Amino acid sequence: MATEFHNLQELRHSASLANKVFIQRDYSEGTTCRFQTKFPSELESRIELTLFEETVKTLNNFYAEAEKIGGQSYLEGCLACATAYLIFLCMETRYEKVLKKIAKYIQEQNEKIYAPRGLLITDPIERGMRVIEISIYEDRGSSGSSSGSSSVSGSTAR
Amino acid sequence: MSAVMITRKLRKWEKLPGKNTFCCDGRVMMARQKGIFYLTLFLIIGTCSLFFAFECPYLAVHLSPAIPVFAVLLFLFVIAMLLRTSFSDPGVLPRALPEEANFIEMEIEAANGSVPSGQRPPPRIRNVQINNQIVKLKYCYTCKIFRPPRASHCSICDNCVDRFDHHCPWVGNCVGKRNYRYFYLFTLTLSLLTIYIFAFNIVHVVMRSVDQGFLSTLKETPGTVLEVLVCFFTLWSMVGLTGFHTYLISLNQTTNEDIKGSWSGKNRGQNPYSHKNIVKNCCEVLCGPTYPSVLDRRGLMQEDSPTAANSEGPCSFDNLVAQTVKTTAPLIPNEHTPDDVKPSIAAEKSSAPKDDPPLAAKLPPLASPETDAETSIVKNQ
Repeated sequence: MATEFHNLQELRHSASLANKVFIQRDYSEGTTCRFQTKFPSELESRIELTLFEETVKTLNNFYAEAEKIGGQSYLEGCLACATAYLIFLCMETRYEKVLKKIAKYIQEQNEKIYAPRGLLITDPIERGMRVIEISIYEDRGSSGSSSGSSSVSGSTAR
Repeated sequence: MSAVMITRKLRKWEKLPGKNTFCCDGRVMMARQKGIFYLTLFLIIGTCSLFFAFECPYLAVHLSPAIPVFAVLLFLFVIAMLLRTSFSDPGVLPRALPEEANFIEMEIEAANGSVPSGQRPPPRIRNVQINNQIVKLKYCYTCKIFRPPRASHCSICDNCVDRFDHHCPWVGNCVGKRNYRYFYLFTLTLSLLTIYIFAFNIVHVVMRSVDQGFLSTLKETPGTVLEVLVCFFTLWSMVGLTGFHTYLISLNQTTNEDIKGSWSGKNRGQNPYSHKNIVKNCCEVLCGPTYPSVLDRRGLMQEDSPTAANSEGPCSFDNLVAQTVKTTAPLIPNEHTPDDVKPSIAAEKSSAPKDDPPLAAKLPPLASPETDAETSIVKNQ
């Protein structure tokens, strides 16, 4: 784990941040946490569509699992109410367990797929569960960057 | 003056924007005005103490010892629910960091096209379709985000809160997604407690008056009069409030939506969040998943770059603060800012203009910076 993190640190030090893309929330099914699977144009040259969609869909599935209202959540709710919610001092909620799984998944995706392509996903919980932030890095050592967005955010003209 | 390195790491709650107060190193989060909360606590604890002191000994002996035991359990549950409602994060949405805010601004600019000078830009609205119903998402100028559906900005706490219900001064906090069920249980159990104490007060007075006469009963237990008074007035308001919230829960509506009439009148029956089934609605609100707080209050502030030598303030704390905090809203010294930092924050504010222009140049000039863009919609309609 320490060596894997070391690779991401190296990414941050050797590459410079070029741009950030924000994947917005998809509210078509209500207020449950879901992110849009629309492929942003800035990533077209950096990563394959299928890989990106796979990542977002898996994250959506994780969140759906965390927010599922069914037998287990009722049991947890009733048990917690009966103990005046004191049980949460010693027990982890289902949502927190799933969040840990999500954090692990994102780190794994970053290491295997995104960092080698000069990208980095930020866990949505660090952005208030509003967006998935994907940072695009430019390799300082490479001569001539391909994406052309070398200045921070202000230059993408429409 | 010698430069002193302050090595104490800051926790994130110390630099959160908004008008909340934090206690116990970020574990407790409340609104600024807590006076009425203390009154609530005083009334509940005071009335229950009188009940335990005056009525319970008599009732335990003459009726049943289960009466005070049940009263104690109910009282503890009420206090637990009150504290849980008051001290927890209601579901505050953190403000957008500059890159996200810029990204949204650019999307808005692209959507609006060019606006002739002198004309007011159109209101910032995003339409989303939820369960075949068009819902308008409004832009929050303070938090620089498009508010998720059912979120609203609380002007008292100066935060956007998810599934905002209302700001309750009696609990000293907003009521939102994360603490609504505790608030409902608080009102429900407080109603039960009030009815319980009121009923047993009457029983006690009647039973004792049969033996001793009415006036001597009152002389022996003077607390009874006070309790009956408090309970009588509390009863009507608490039962009414509980009934109102039961109605809202069965329809899966928030107080905010009810007041604004979002899903009533001509929009009746179109609430896209309702499952159209009372039991399902109740289960979702009361037994749904417990959402985590997205405000990382107790996390340590990141120090991105080493602090440079500072000729201005008394210590390099200024630089640390400048580097970690210039991304968020302007530094607001809150109650927990240590006194020795306050003058340096003032110094920081006066020297802030050199930081602002690069940021301001990227942001297009905003239209009327109303925290609630609703009024602009109403005017434009």
